[in-house]
Formats: sequence, C-alpha cells, structure tokens
Amino acid sequence: MAETKVIMPQMGESIFEGTLTKWLKKPGDKIERDEALFEISTDKVDSEIPSPASGVLQEILVKEGQTVQINTVVAIIGDGSGKASAASPAAKTETKPTPAATVAAPARTDAAPVSDEERMPTSPLVRRLAKEHNIDLAVLAGKGTGINGRITKDDILSYIENSGRSGSGTAKKSPLPTPAPMTFSGETERAPMTAMRKSIAEHMMASRRTSAHVTTFFEIDCSRIMQAREKLKAEFETSGVHLTITPFFVQAVVRALRKFPIVNASIDGDSIVYKRGINIGIAVSLDGGLIVPVVKNAAEKNLQGLAHAINDLGERARTKKLTPDDVKDGTFTITNPGVYGALTGTPIINQPQVAIMGMGGIKKRAVVIDDAIAIRPIIVLSLSFDHRLIDGALADQFMADIQKQLETWQG
Amino acid sequence: MALTTYVDAIRQGISEEMERDDNVFVLGEDVGIYGGAFKVTHGLLEKFGETRVIDTPISESAIIGAAIGAAMMGLRPIAEMQFADFISCAFDQITNFAAKCRYRWGAGIPIVVRAPSGGGIHGGPFHSQNPEMHFVHTPGLKVVCPSTAYDAKGLLKAAIRDADPVIYFEHKYLYRRIKEELPTGDFVVPIGKAALRRKGSDISVITYGAMVYVALDAAKELEKEGIDIEVLDLRSLLPFDREAVLETVKRTNKVILLHEDTRIGGFAGELAAVISEEAFDYLDGPIRRITAPDTPVPFSPPMEEYFLPQVSDVLRVARELHAY
Repeated sequence: MAETKVIMPQMGESIFEGTLTKWLKKPGDKIERDEALFEISTDKVDSEIPSPASGVLQEILVKEGQTVQINTVVAIIGDGSGKASAASPAAKTETKPTPAATVAAPARTDAAPVSDEERMPTSPLVRRLAKEHNIDLAVLAGKGTGINGRITKDDILSYIENSGRSGSGTAKKSPLPTPAPMTFSGETERAPMTAMRKSIAEHMMASRRTSAHVTTFFEIDCSRIMQAREKLKAEFETSGVHLTITPFFVQAVVRALRKFPIVNASIDGDSIVYKRGINIGIAVSLDGGLIVPVVKNAAEKNLQGLAHAINDLGERARTKKLTPDDVKDGTFTITNPGVYGALTGTPIINQPQVAIMGMGGIKKRAVVIDDAIAIRPIIVLSLSFDHRLIDGALADQFMADIQKQLETWQG
Repeated sequence: MALTTYVDAIRQGISEEMERDDNVFVLGEDVGIYGGAFKVTHGLLEKFGETRVIDTPISESAIIGAAIGAAMMGLRPIAEMQFADFISCAFDQITNFAAKCRYRWGAGIPIVVRAPSGGGIHGGPFHSQNPEMHFVHTPGLKVVCPSTAYDAKGLLKAAIRDADPVIYFEHKYLYRRIKEELPTGDFVVPIGKAALRRKGSDISVITYGAMVYVALDAAKELEKEGIDIEVLDLRSLLPFDREAVLETVKRTNKVILLHEDTRIGGFAGELAAVISEEAFDYLDGPIRRITAPDTPVPFSPPMEEYFLPQVSDVLRVARELHAY
C-alpha cells in the first residue's frame, strides 16, 4: 500500500519547530495533492500547508496545538486501501518515539492509552520549571536520575544551567525576566499564549536587551505628498493598484538609506555589516498579534511597484498566505501607530536591524509659515535607532533628508 | 548558668505569671499538696497559698467548668488535666462552652488547659494519647504543642495572657529529658509562629512536640549520606504558621509530615491539603506522612516502640523521597 508521510516543513532557516494549529481534514477524508491539509504557526509566520500527495488522510499523528520539530511526521496519507486508523495499535507501535528522539510531542493519537514508556515521569515542580524556562521536557527523556527514570528537580536545574552556559540545545532563554508570581485578588481567566504572542514577547524583550534604543521625532508637512497622491490615485487605479500614503514614506526612506547606509546595517560582534539590498519591513497588525512582511529590493521599485508590493503583502498577511520568505531579510522597518490616531510612537527595533520608523496620524494643524498661520496636514515621524551604531546627529540628518524629500515631493 | 528542664520551664512560667498578675491561679487534681502528678506545680502552694493553688475533685468537667466561671468573673485560671487522655471528660465544657462564648456573647474565656500528653513512657492506652486534633477541629480554641524548654515557658506565658481559651499540650516524654539555658528576663513565644530547628536543602520535615527530636536525630544520620534535612517545628497547631510551611516546601520541594498522633484525621492530613492547594507547583515528589498507626497506644514496650514513629522510620522515608 502506498503511503506518504506528511512532515512538519521547515519554514525558514532559523525555524526548528512549529505548532500545528489546525487540521483542515479528518482521518478518512480524501485529499488532492497541494490541497490545504493543516495550518501551522511558527516563530515567524502562520501558514497553510498543502498536502504532498493525493489520496486519503489515513492517520493524524500530531494533535492540534502540539509543537513539534521540523521533519516530524504529522500525518500519513494512504491510497485509500488502508482503513483510517485513529487508534489502531499497529500504528501506535510504529510511531512510538525512541528514547533518543527529540520530537517535542510523542506521536500518538487521542484515543490511544498512554503507556508507561510514553508517559514522562516528572513532578509538578519540574513541569513548572520547564514551562518557565521554555524547555521541552522531551529533551530529558531517558535522562532522569530519579526512581524509574523520573526527571527530578536536580535533572532539570542542571539542564537549565548547562544549556544556559553553552547557549545551545532547544532550551530557549525565557523571553521575559522571571516575574514574581502573578497575584490578583479578583476573578481571573487564564489562556495560553499563542505561538505568535510568545514569539513577539521574546523578540521584543530580546531587542530591548540588545540595542541602546533612542527615539527622535520629526514633524513633516504632508501637503506635497497628499497632492501627489490625489494626482496619481486614478492613474494607479487603472493598473489595479490602490495608492495609499505609505509608499511615499517608503520611497523617501529608501532614498535616505542609500545616502546613509549605516542605518541599513547590522552589528555582528565587533563588526558593522552593511547590506547592499534595501528590504523594507512593513508592520501589519493582526488579530492578537502582528507580522512584518518585507518589501524586497525596495530600491529597485518605483512608487507604483512599492504600492503594489505593500498592498500585496498586507493582504496576504491578513489572510495568512505569507510564505516564510516574505518575512525574511528585512533591513529597515516602518510601523504605523497613526492608523488609530496616535500622534506618533516609540517603536522597538526589529532585530538585527538598527532603526525603525514610526508614522503617526496625519492631521491638519495650524503651522506658522513666513510669519503667517497656515493649515497643513502634519505627520509626526519617529525614528528609534540603536545608539551603539548610530549617533543622534546622523539619525537626525537621516530624518531631515526624509523630511526634505517629502516636503518637496516632485511629480 | 544552670540548665532548665522542660518541666521546670513550665513551672517557672506559671510562677512568674502568678507573680505578675494576681488574677492568675492554678487548679487541678493533686496540684497543691502533692505538687502535681508530674511535679509541675511543685512548691507553688507554699509560695502562693491555697486560694491560688487549688486541689480539685477527680472531675475534669468540674475543673474546666469552674475555670470557665472564674474566667468570666475576671480571673485567669490555669487548669491542669492530670493526663491529656482525660480531657475528653471535659470535652463539652471546652468545645461547646469555652470555645463558643466569644462567638455567642462576645465574651472571651481566658483559660489555659494544661494537658500532659504523648507516649514513650510505657503508660498504655489511657496515659499516652495525643488528643490535639479534637481541639484543632474546634473553631474558637487555640492549640499549642511546645517542644523546647524555652517554648514551654514562652508559649505558656502567651497562653495565660491570651484573651481566649488555649489548650496547652505539654509532652510528658520531654519533661526531664531536655534542658537548656533560658534567658533571665520575661519572654513570650507568640502563638501561631513556627520555628526552623534546622536549615536544609533537600527535604523538609514538618513536625511538632517530641517528634522534633526524632526529626533532628534522623537529620544528623542523613547528613552523613549527603541528604540535607530541614526541620520545621510548628509549635502551634491552631492557628498554625501557614507561611512558614509553604516557605519551607517551596525551598526544598519535598516534604515529610511527621507526628506522634495517629494517622487518619491527624494534623499531617491538613498540612498535606494546604501544601497541595497552595504549593503544588513546587512539589518534586509525593507528600509523605510518618505517623502512629490507627490503633490505641499499646502498653507493651516493644509494641509501643513499634507504634511510635522512630528515627529509623524517618531515615527510610527520607531515603525513598530523596531518590524519588
């Protein structure tokens, strides 16, 4: 009988595990090759995974909500001759993890009873420590020193200590400093963080720990770009491209980055890494999180090309159709707190970049021009930069360049 | 300075409180001329006279009833039960009357009931019991179980000065077996506060009364094996020191609950519940109990030895729990 093993795919180089968030088919369902089979959520992206073969979904090995390492077999697709076996004993033996396996979730189905070998003997304390330090207890499988191989307090504490020293292993640094136990005397409700939420928490704290954040603010008169947008809107529309105000800012940022390449750089140890390409990340807010798809090679695109790319990425971010490539290799990020009317923001740098620009809301304001009061659409731009690499003078020159471009927009 | 025994510490406590406050007086069977069955009140009659050291008929109910009445009239009686075993004769007076007066009428009943308790003295089923749990289960009472001469004196003074009824369990086995140097001035041990008798990192033994010494002796043995035992002496059972209990469990993550009282309905059960409710995520092994079995205290010495928790029991359970 022809069987195809469905594996957890590698969604980007740095990804080593993913959470299976939803099965789109049940055991016994027919499925076509490339038809969406399940949804995953990784550190970087949420995605639908297509079926690698046509046939019948014979068996599901990883439950919804489980996090498993890449290349773990999550399902088996058969040709329909084998029965859908949600709990067949044969399938269970076949998928029992060996002690050496570092698969995060023991491959087993809902209905299968938990055998002694599969049940990891731990304690409430060990499970709490594992959770706090983001450790998958499977890495300690077979290494417990307690009675019957129980994983003891000492086992996990020495694992935490060792993995912290070598910086390797699957133990990740806790995204948050170990907080005091939450105390609140009223009624509460508890919900697990999604993979995306945890990832954001981790990345934000990591950035705070990494960079010397400083934020500078510039007030920009948007009259010229508003006029340009009005002028170009209809023309773009005929090509099917909706023109918002964002591409103007992206264009201005790209040009400024060419003049100030250090703002497009990264720090690697004691070196400064300048990047040839300019890839602009645009933060998109989603239900319960956010994602930063990247406009690749933005310097090679004209305004229409930028507008098209930004719209496309935004749409695919909201419909969960981004690929891992879409969120990779950004060199500078733009975020838009002004969407909801914020004056501006003090964004956290998207590592390993060294600067991020925040766009406030555009609002008509009274401004003084040549000793006369005029009404102008004003935006407050903010730039959070990494003072390890960029000094205030350079950051302000960079922003002044953007200001000049936007206020004297041609065409 | 001279060492003071547990029994002398109790006598000193009574005597000093009687000197401090004329309202304090002693009553009980043979407490006067005979000086008490265990000589706790020896010499007090000569010192304070027969109006403040009163021999009573053999009726625990009458003793407690008289004490309650005196307390309501403003006195501070210390009532002696010759053996804690016979406190059950005064059960109704204590649990239905003394314990509930404050709730019913706002009237505190400041009596101290001294109850010589515990085994190890070959006293048999009527002279060896540990009946503390009847009273721990009675809201309105306070229950203390000192294990050292210092605590015996300090807790007795706290009990006498307390505005509500306190059942004071003094362990007969400790009367003349332990002694220590006591401070000269007046001191009080607050009711409801535990004492850490030994700091350790591997396993907490939570106990009280004479079992504190069983735990400490076991800890000395286990130290040689590299097992570091912490010993928490509760000192008071009602109220008990919840913070100290949770703190030691959170520190060592493994816990043995040790008491001389029998198993079902013993204080260890309550402690186990509190620990699992409030420190579950800190446990690295099962909560273990070491208690007497659920039988009357045997009269035969070898049987009594089997009945009472021994150092060897603590060693066995601690080794198992350490390896867990």
